[in-house]
Amino acid sequence: MIIFDKVSKVYKNGTQALDNVSFEIKKGEFVSIVGQSGYGKSTILKLMIGEEKPTEGRVFVSGYDVSDLTEKELHQLRKEIGMIFQDFRLLPKKTVYENVAFTLEVSGATNKEIEEDVPQVLNLVGLLHKADKFPNSLSGGEKQRVAIARALVDRPSILIADEPTGSLDSLNTWDVIRLLLKINELGATVILATHNREVINMLNKRVITLDRGKIIRDEQKGRYIL
Amino acid sequence: MQHILTSLKRITKTGVSNFIRNGWLSTATVSILTITLFVVLFLLMMSVLTESVIINLQNRVDVSVYLKKDTKESDILKMQNDLIALSEVKSVDYVSEDDALMEFREKHKDNEIIIQSLDVLEENPLEASLNIKAKDPSQFKTIVEFLESGQYKDIISKINYYENQEIIEKIGVLISSIRKIGFTISIALTIVAFLVAFNTIRITIYTMKDEIGIMKLVGATNWFVRGPFVVEGFLYGFVSSLVTVILAFPVLYFSSPFIKKYFYDIDMFAYFQENLVIIWIILLVVGVVIGALGSIIAMQRYLKI
Repeated sequence: MIIFDKVSKVYKNGTQALDNVSFEIKKGEFVSIVGQSGYGKSTILKLMIGEEKPTEGRVFVSGYDVSDLTEKELHQLRKEIGMIFQDFRLLPKKTVYENVAFTLEVSGATNKEIEEDVPQVLNLVGLLHKADKFPNSLSGGEKQRVAIARALVDRPSILIADEPTGSLDSLNTWDVIRLLLKINELGATVILATHNREVINMLNKRVITLDRGKIIRDEQKGRYIL
Repeated sequence: MQHILTSLKRITKTGVSNFIRNGWLSTATVSILTITLFVVLFLLMMSVLTESVIINLQNRVDVSVYLKKDTKESDILKMQNDLIALSEVKSVDYVSEDDALMEFREKHKDNEIIIQSLDVLEENPLEASLNIKAKDPSQFKTIVEFLESGQYKDIISKINYYENQEIIEKIGVLISSIRKIGFTISIALTIVAFLVAFNTIRITIYTMKDEIGIMKLVGATNWFVRGPFVVEGFLYGFVSSLVTVILAFPVLYFSSPFIKKYFYDIDMFAYFQENLVIIWIILLVVGVVIGALGSIIAMQRYLKI
């Protein structure tokens, strides 16, 4: 599903973000990527969605060679990937319903599909009753659940979560993590970048640990050790 | 095809809803664009005014060619035709001896002495003449030279050009100055107005740069992101042009009498009403082009994600 083959990344300003990194993530896995800020977590995620290109080595995601994509292929790749962020990144001028529907609108779904799928996925994250609210009237946890709903609605095969609980309190954190586990059980590959020790230790799933751009540990039932 | 239609519908809907939900921002942008369009309208009206002032000046300037008494009318008419054929000539009016006499009598009908002395004379003392108007007063010189050097020089008794030469040349200079100054002011004002409008739109887009990035990450194509902004830009232009036209009504209604007083009976308000549709279309096109094109240019850099 996702293959990193001897990948190095040096940014234009000379920073070496990744140094000869190789790993493979299989379909349906739940993988956490841990490491301190600046140790390459974000770079790995950016390479997966084609926002950056590797300096050396190759990155394959869902059969696409990310280092060599046309505009159209990039578009198709991003349709396969749902993404959530620490700062939620909801569209402030759209309601909860419209934020989620937007993903389907851009992918060219019919009105009928939108009317069926959006309430279904809002129900999954438990926010159907807030469908007509605007993001600024929601709590942090609710915003992140809207973001998850948006990431899920187009049925991506991969869900990438970049510090999704970084700005949430512990109660909301567990809501979000439980949701991610549920999504993983429903069949999606989930990649979670975080430095929340409790979350990693509770999950008891595969953990890839980064230190200064190198993988120092890759364990099937990993714990947070730095 | 169905897919494109659905997308267009969604883009339009999003654009309209953004326009309404961004209430204050839309109001501010429309206000600035309205001011810009007002400048355009002002320049449009000014050019109409200047043109009619110029035409009025030009119409006052003519040169009369008086013809010797024994000239045959057929020769005069031939000369008239030759003059009309010149590219510099706008019109040539033939005033026959009888016409000249009639005009003269009419002009002096209250003056007993003149009328009496005319009656005493046995024959008409006045000469026939051709009144020439040039397309541009500076061209009279060429026309006069043509007459003096050509086949007609023997039948010409007098050309009143040299008496009026100075004033004619001054009017010519005045007209070309009015044109030059008007043109310069128009260009300067237009550039300023466009820069202000474009910068306003740039700021509007800047406030939405995060949203543009989010849309791209969620998988929207460039045109799907751009679309609603273009629709919004179109609405800015549309609403601004309407506001401008509506505001222009009272402004012109009250200023028109003053303009009329000082500038040879030009009724700006009537002109505005007669040409309302075309004026509105011009403003609409200018507004929409600034609004939509401005948005596209301003957002280009935020699309690269």
